[in-house]
Amino acid sequence: MIALDRNLLHRFGLLLIIFLIGIALSLATESFATLSNLTNVARQVSINGILAVGVTFVLLTAGVDLSLGSVVALSGVACATFAQTGEHFVLIPISVGLLVGTACGLTNGLFVTIAGIPPFIVTLGMMTVARGLALIFSGGRPVANISVNLTDFAGDIGGVPIPLLCFAAVATLAWFFLRHFKLGRHIYAIGGNEQAARAAGISVNKVKLLSYALCGLLAGLAGVVLTARTTTGQPNAGVAYELDAIAAVVIGGTSLAGGIGTITGTLLGVLLIGEINNGLDLMGVSSYFQAVIKGVIIVGAVWLDRRQSRS
Amino acid sequence: MLQALELRKDFGGLTVLQPTSVDFLPGEVHALMGENGAGKSTLMKILAGLYQPDGGQIKWRNQVVTFRSPHDALTAGIAMIHQELMPIPHLTVAENITLGAEPTGTLGFIDRKAQLVRAATLLAELDSDINPARLMHTLTVAQTQVVEIAKALGRQADVVLMDEPTAALSDLEVAALFRAITRLKARGVAVVYTTHKMDEVFQLADRITVLRDGTYIGTHLARDLSPPKLIEMMVGRELSDVFPARGQASQDVILEVKGLSREPAYRNISFKLHRGEILALSGLMGAGRTEIVSALYGLQPTFEGEIWIRGQLSWIRSPADAIAAGIGMVTEDRKGLGLIPAQSVQQNITLSSLHKLSLGPLLDHAREKKEASAQISQFAVRTSGPQQPIHQLSGGNQQKSLIARCLLHDPDIIILDEPTRGIDIGAKAEIYAIIQKLAQAGKAVLLVSSELLEVLSLAHRIMVIRQGDLAAELDATKTDQVTLLHHAMPL
Repeated sequence: MIALDRNLLHRFGLLLIIFLIGIALSLATESFATLSNLTNVARQVSINGILAVGVTFVLLTAGVDLSLGSVVALSGVACATFAQTGEHFVLIPISVGLLVGTACGLTNGLFVTIAGIPPFIVTLGMMTVARGLALIFSGGRPVANISVNLTDFAGDIGGVPIPLLCFAAVATLAWFFLRHFKLGRHIYAIGGNEQAARAAGISVNKVKLLSYALCGLLAGLAGVVLTARTTTGQPNAGVAYELDAIAAVVIGGTSLAGGIGTITGTLLGVLLIGEINNGLDLMGVSSYFQAVIKGVIIVGAVWLDRRQSRS
Repeated sequence: MLQALELRKDFGGLTVLQPTSVDFLPGEVHALMGENGAGKSTLMKILAGLYQPDGGQIKWRNQVVTFRSPHDALTAGIAMIHQELMPIPHLTVAENITLGAEPTGTLGFIDRKAQLVRAATLLAELDSDINPARLMHTLTVAQTQVVEIAKALGRQADVVLMDEPTAALSDLEVAALFRAITRLKARGVAVVYTTHKMDEVFQLADRITVLRDGTYIGTHLARDLSPPKLIEMMVGRELSDVFPARGQASQDVILEVKGLSREPAYRNISFKLHRGEILALSGLMGAGRTEIVSALYGLQPTFEGEIWIRGQLSWIRSPADAIAAGIGMVTEDRKGLGLIPAQSVQQNITLSSLHKLSLGPLLDHAREKKEASAQISQFAVRTSGPQQPIHQLSGGNQQKSLIARCLLHDPDIIILDEPTRGIDIGAKAEIYAIIQKLAQAGKAVLLVSSELLEVLSLAHRIMVIRQGDLAAELDATKTDQVTLLHHAMPL
């Protein structure tokens, strides 16, 4: 019961912070509380949101994925390569992007489980390998001339941005999976105590492999969305995206030691980071200062949270 | 030398230690006995200055004293060695022993040579041959304890308090620790210690003080007590109430093990287990018992030997295989291999049975809750509800939850590895009753236990493992502790 209450308190606290910053921003700037700006925020948080949901799975198993940004670039380039003007069947480039992402995630998972290498090292390796592959396949240049079929993927349906719909769908599915699937429970158990989970009859390697694959799949999706939005496959895109994603998840109350955390928390973390990014832009803060402020806010939020949960 | 006078301690309105008076004499080993929550640790912590008493006084060398902190007590000559040891792993043994009191040469630099000599002298006094230049983290738990004792000696401690020093030790290590304690005694140090192990108390203690539910029951000379008498004092009831009567084992073989080996842990282990039977694996700690049952459960699979279940040759490569074959196990390592501490009692209980509580890949939350609640009431797990985090439960209730987890997936063969270690006698009695009920319901139980009384009173048959070999197979009703120990001792 106590853990539940603390969760509620945590979520309520985050919600309150998001709300207060929102009020402050609408007072401080004229443009924050406009429909066009909020739509823009929604578009911007979608990519980080999709990545954050993916990395939640991995963090819950007490793992980590540092390769997200590079995988976004690689799957974006792959997607763009198959979406040149004149090709009409949009499912092909999308599937290619998702497949490339999943393959990267699976590779991470195989090295973590079968080879037993720490996730930090494996995904650090994948971070440079995927970036290198993206540069090789694109020849170091952005892959342009993308067909409208794909760029439409970043458009609207009835005024709602498609990337936001993707994010919402991904988050809902992930929430449902973690809460109502046997495998979701297994993910929590492995993060809580891997050896005990194995002794309780859980196939630890299979479940971890699945987590890394899902994380890769969602990184692939983020790559596709990014390519559609920017209308190019950028081999240099997505640098440090993993950090924003992991920060959002941790702000949302997920333990880096695994076994504790929720998708709802991740959503709130994503919103907070998106709001801060947008607010700093609107207030005309230079990007150099933005980086410093964001870092301080991330560490401060987690620090406050830890203090709160200890007392 | 050290006297507790009417010491009392309250925690949030609850009195955890009723006024208790005990005196501790130089050169004696004084055991504090009682169930978990009886107040032993509380009394010790007051004496060591960790807790302030809410009533009563401490008399030290006939003077009333107040210890505001462990440092005060240490300065006076009272050192406590905690259950969880706190050495600094990457320093040497000598550096740990002299920590905070390093011998210094000119200019205030640490005199390394003097440091080593001093450590070696202290260790030699304890009859120990640990090299003081070794790094702390290379030592075994027992050696670490000896180093902690040497550290206490170096501080000129006249009283050494030890909270369950043997809980994590193998029998050979216990022997080394006992040698050190005997040396302390010879130097006139008063040793106060707690343990859950009956055999030890009678080997080591001069006097025994029993506490129950925070109340002082009495202090006796160890030679005036017997294990059954001591248990009765601790539990407050007759021994026959602790161990229920055995049922009848059948002749129906459910598990047959042929020539199981895994060098160097064990070799050529063969036995049969029948429905309705409780078969105990006895022997010293480190004899290979846990390794043998871990192979049967797939935790440490072996390729040498055959496992036949219900007349079929079985391949068990993982716990998942074992569960599918109808084997369940409660491991000895409750923290490491049992609990998922962040999860609720309910989630811990249902963890191995989710396949039965699901519709396809989807969890059936209503059924899960129903089954978990049923297990909680059946095993009398004391919890505020199925959603309470399991780490808030007492050791005994955690253990009962893990037994519930094992039984919920309905195994025919149940392996219990030290099922009552570190839990109080009340909870032990409940677990004994569960074990007998399982056997009477036609399950086969493989019980690993280091407590001889437990093995003799629960099992039908006893297999003694000695250094990885099956040394003897005995009828539990026709043997005694001396015979068991005789077979268990290394040749």
